[in-house]
Amino acid sequence: MAPVATPFFFYLLAATMIIGGVLVITRKNAVHSALALITALLAQAGIYLMLYAPFVAGVQIILYAGGIMVLFLFVIMLISIERTEKERQFNKQWLVGIATAGALGGLFIAVYTKGKSLFPEGRLSYPESGNTQGVADLLYGQHTGTYMFSFEIASLLLLVAIIGAVVMAKKRI
Amino acid sequence: MHVIIDYIQSYLGSDQTPGAAGNWFWATVYVLLVFVGLSVAVIAMNWLERKILAHMQVRLGPMRVGPHGLLQPIADALKLLLKEDLIPSEADKTVFWIAPFIVVLAAFTVFVVVPFGPTHAITDMNIGILFMLGVSSLSVLGIVTAGWASNSHYPLIGALRSSAQMVSYEVAMGLAVVSVILMTSLNPTGTGTLSMIGIVRAQQAQGTWFIFKFFPLGLIGFFIFAVAMVAETNRAPFDLPEAESELTAGFHTEYSGFRWSLFFLAEYSAMIAVSSIAVTLWLGGWLRPFPNALQGARWDFFFALFPGITFLFLGALAIFSASRMPKHPYFRIQTLGLAGFAAVLVLIGAVLLYPPVSRVVQDVFWFSAKVAAFMYLYIWYRGTFPRYRFDQLMKVGWKVLLPTGLAVLILTATAGFFVR
Amino acid sequence: MDAMLHISTLHYLVLGAALFLLGVIGVLTRRNIVIVLMSIELILNAVNLNLVAFSRYWQGIHGATALHGQVFAIFVITDAAAEAAVGLGILIAFFRNKETVNVDEVNLLKW
Repeated sequence: MAPVATPFFFYLLAATMIIGGVLVITRKNAVHSALALITALLAQAGIYLMLYAPFVAGVQIILYAGGIMVLFLFVIMLISIERTEKERQFNKQWLVGIATAGALGGLFIAVYTKGKSLFPEGRLSYPESGNTQGVADLLYGQHTGTYMFSFEIASLLLLVAIIGAVVMAKKRI
Repeated sequence: MHVIIDYIQSYLGSDQTPGAAGNWFWATVYVLLVFVGLSVAVIAMNWLERKILAHMQVRLGPMRVGPHGLLQPIADALKLLLKEDLIPSEADKTVFWIAPFIVVLAAFTVFVVVPFGPTHAITDMNIGILFMLGVSSLSVLGIVTAGWASNSHYPLIGALRSSAQMVSYEVAMGLAVVSVILMTSLNPTGTGTLSMIGIVRAQQAQGTWFIFKFFPLGLIGFFIFAVAMVAETNRAPFDLPEAESELTAGFHTEYSGFRWSLFFLAEYSAMIAVSSIAVTLWLGGWLRPFPNALQGARWDFFFALFPGITFLFLGALAIFSASRMPKHPYFRIQTLGLAGFAAVLVLIGAVLLYPPVSRVVQDVFWFSAKVAAFMYLYIWYRGTFPRYRFDQLMKVGWKVLLPTGLAVLILTATAGFFVR
Repeated sequence: MDAMLHISTLHYLVLGAALFLLGVIGVLTRRNIVIVLMSIELILNAVNLNLVAFSRYWQGIHGATALHGQVFAIFVITDAAAEAAVGLGILIAFFRNKETVNVDEVNLLKW
């Protein structure tokens, strides 16, 4: 199935993401930043769908927008103090920060203009019906599962993170 | 002009959903149909809930507004639309305004993949069930922001409690769903599927609804999901965060008029959405009862009569209650209205008995009938069970449902391994 | 104009780079810890976008099952969840001690 109106959707989603990102780093109110980040994450899920990665899009919606951002909103609401909105928002070395980011941006532009020919523009259109099965083959397959060990390590990492977060946030250890 | 008509007609004989076939016109038509059907269903649920709860509590419920209170939901909607729109003084206006829309968007977007029939879905995504679980978890965000934006402590506590409850029971729901996805991989092609239509086709191919598979594992999985879905939608007996006697209506305390009706709409849509998940995953979706045990043209004909007979029965009920209305001149309009309503129901029933129509409507009817049974169960729970206290609620979610879900998952995997 | 209309891998890479820059600016210039953590999430998302874009490019060369980039993106999302949880736990522990959420007020080794 040929993708329909791809440039329109790409630019729409890209604009949503960039605007969301700008709002995240410029808002005084942390809840507004969190809502802007949620919009950016949902737009990113849309871009994953355009890249024919529906499973990653689904994981992004469930984990990032529906899990991590809920965690952020909880913490923001638990520690919300109104006086932070009236304080200075940007720290003293903001000029150096922007200069660094500018240097990094210059590096990106240099790499992408010089290396533009490395990424030829092929019209790929693979059906997405086998995407989840493909990801599962790479993770769990008997002969093709190269990421099984990483998967187990990731589960251990999550266990350590759970224990760490609980210990950090307890009142008395 | 001919191009447009050809485009519209090119989809009609297809065996795919409009989204999969790439047909914009029919996809939009299906979206509008789902939207209208959902609104009608929410209105009907409002009336049904008040009447059924009333009859369970040995009283009559709304009787004044129309015959037997049939116009009560319309009166409620008018009242809510015309109410004054209050915003608390220090509330954050932008977030206060956005929060109901997040919940409504999440509740309505879920219906993009709900399969009302083998080709009667808006689209059939490869990750159907994952999409449904993910988008319904976005409503937690709307609730949290609604509670915070109200700038008052009752809504904030209600919102935090409600979102903690929803997040906890999502885990149990996810585990129950995963055990069903495992069962879909036991079909003849050897690969499982996450798509909703694929799950129902797997039940059709394996010859059994998943609630009866590997008995009692399917049943326990269904029970876990049934309890978790009631908690997920903040309905009784898990409705502490929005209970009026405990928290003065929780996170939607400060919302009045149209905004409150948006929350209400989203709550009922979410109920219908999770019931659709339960029906698709465990109860065979659009399949008629006994698809493999009672096969053959005669049984097909018998089951094809059900849609028409249901509406004829409802029409007969309406005629009976019209005949029992008081014979006072003040009740003449109501009696006429009820008789007209009965005539409409009988007409729909007669149309549904006509074979070409009933062939098309079959799948949608069986799916809707099963979802309607779940809606009745929701109302029954509300009328019967006392409310859970919040710590009991969290204890049930984490200490009872989660281990049971894990056990069902492991046992299902073992049973599937031995069946292979 | 035609190069802008046909969406190639480079478009996605440039979008990822822009997001990365926004995240870096957020980390380096904001005082509020929560917004710094959210900017870190922006950075991780930009990395994910690059990974998935390259996975699509790789699929074109090596067939439809070469989904290594997508699997790696899933791992990055998992790690982002773990890091957000621990980071917010640390934030709560700090807040309990010193009642502030600004990074430049946590400037004493012992209080």
